[in-house]
Amino acid sequence: MSKRLLIVVVEPDPDRAQPIADGLREAGDHDIRIIAEQSGLARQVAELRPDVVLIDIANPSRDILEELALASGPAERPVAMFVDRSDEGMTRAAIESGISAYVVDGLRPERIKPILDAAIARFHMFQQMRAELAATRAALEERKIIDRAKAVLMKARGIDEEAAYALLRKTAMDGGKRVADIAQQLVMAAGLLGR
Amino acid sequence: MITLRLGYVPLIDAAPLIVAHELGFAAEEGLALDLIRLGAWAQARDMLGAGLLDAAHMLVPMPVGQALGLGPALPAMDLVMILSQGGQAVAVNRDLEGRLRDAGHDFAFDDARAAGLALRGVVTGPLRVGVPFHLSTQSELVRHWLAACGFAPTELDLITVPPPMMTDAVARGEVDAFCVGEPWASFAVERGLAALLLPGTAIWAAAPEKGLVLLRGFTDARPTETGALMRAVWRAGRWLDDPDHRGTAAEILSRPAYLNLPPELAERGLTGRLTISAGGDIRHAPGFIAFNAGAASFPWKSLAALFAQRLALRHGLDPQDAMARAMAHFRTDLYRRHLRPAGAPLPGASQRVEGALAEDRSVAAERGGMILRADGFFDGFTFDPAAPASAN
Repeated sequence: MSKRLLIVVVEPDPDRAQPIADGLREAGDHDIRIIAEQSGLARQVAELRPDVVLIDIANPSRDILEELALASGPAERPVAMFVDRSDEGMTRAAIESGISAYVVDGLRPERIKPILDAAIARFHMFQQMRAELAATRAALEERKIIDRAKAVLMKARGIDEEAAYALLRKTAMDGGKRVADIAQQLVMAAGLLGR
Repeated sequence: MITLRLGYVPLIDAAPLIVAHELGFAAEEGLALDLIRLGAWAQARDMLGAGLLDAAHMLVPMPVGQALGLGPALPAMDLVMILSQGGQAVAVNRDLEGRLRDAGHDFAFDDARAAGLALRGVVTGPLRVGVPFHLSTQSELVRHWLAACGFAPTELDLITVPPPMMTDAVARGEVDAFCVGEPWASFAVERGLAALLLPGTAIWAAAPEKGLVLLRGFTDARPTETGALMRAVWRAGRWLDDPDHRGTAAEILSRPAYLNLPPELAERGLTGRLTISAGGDIRHAPGFIAFNAGAASFPWKSLAALFAQRLALRHGLDPQDAMARAMAHFRTDLYRRHLRPAGAPLPGASQRVEGALAEDRSVAAERGGMILRADGFFDGFTFDPAAPASAN
């Protein structure tokens, strides 16, 4: 029977850290620790001596962990960015999902796989949520800009709101552009003209 | 239009990539650039390695480290051109600033020896210096400078701190001093937590800072796009080297999509007019950052060798072997092939003695002559890639 692994998740946002930890628990009987505080990260990780460290690929603190990858003293445990030559697909899937894994030297890929698979699933979920949030925000921004463009047209041409929108839509269609793009240009031009 | 995905870390030296996109240099070459802002240097390396980026903005010693096997096992990465020289600043916390002033240091911001010796005089115990990455020009600059000013390796503790977090690290007392690329040194000054002691150029006049790195597989399989990208970035660098353009560049870089900071902050490094202390002292550092001028973008193989030798000696690798391996990853051949059509001045040789030019010098080029920028070290150090390795 292989021993329990100590997995450290570096994640400042508790709303993200918890689901990752839950996912990892489902993947096997492991000891999971979350480090939220970024200060003294290298020291914290070195003291815990984890088998696996999971961290968002874009987390600036990754650059701190990279140093540990070169630790070479006899008492130190070399931690390396996980790249599996025999299964490049898994490495790529992890990077695509936005996760990076550091593992200690000598940990067998078949022990890492279920852990990484569970983490990848959670990170995919976050990515989807983030994309949806961004899309919602963008839609809101577009509506605001279209409203402003309509106001510009209503004032400049003395037309009502419906006619202003129709004009925007027709201009967009004639130019093969999106209504929001035309609205953006109109608002910018109006700004330049000082109105 | 062919779309290329470019990764960059938000710093003023990402300017050539951002300007290539914003001012249409990329479009002129038939390229659309998808600029992807990254949070960590390791992210640039990993995403490039996995093919999720076509090219990346990287610290010059990073591809050297990859060539030496100091990073993860990823496909071969080549540096095809240098993106910037200089652009870094060394800063000290307020406590050290006070002690240096009390000891009579003038913060002239141009004399690395005077600053280093003054620091040697006021520091007791190990000096903790923040650097952005263990494979960085900053790390090499700090080690070289302080060793030459009497700090033994054991009296120096280099700590990796991502640049946007450097100011907080100073505030928490985790580092006493640091060396980072702009605008992050100015940011710490602005927060009233640090004083700038030196520009990187005072230590090494032409320290190569960032490079454009691609997978070798990409440069082999897609030479047309590789060349188009290099020419677009080279023209952006040439535009950036006009002092009249630096203010505009600061405006563009500061936008929310890029650095997302007040333009005034980015402007300091780009114009070389820096506020060095909370008291508002201003110093002018001519040539604080250069992009193309004086062959700054040429990826001299001797630079690869210089970093490789230093890294090899620190990590117990064979220096000669390390130098040979690293040099193969600085692609002077691609620079010549792809930038010749754009009219880039091309030096006759692909390696040289580093640190030999105390002043700008006119030399023979492939066609006519060209000017090489001064590249001296403050202590007169020179590096000859053909000479036997020695620790320094």
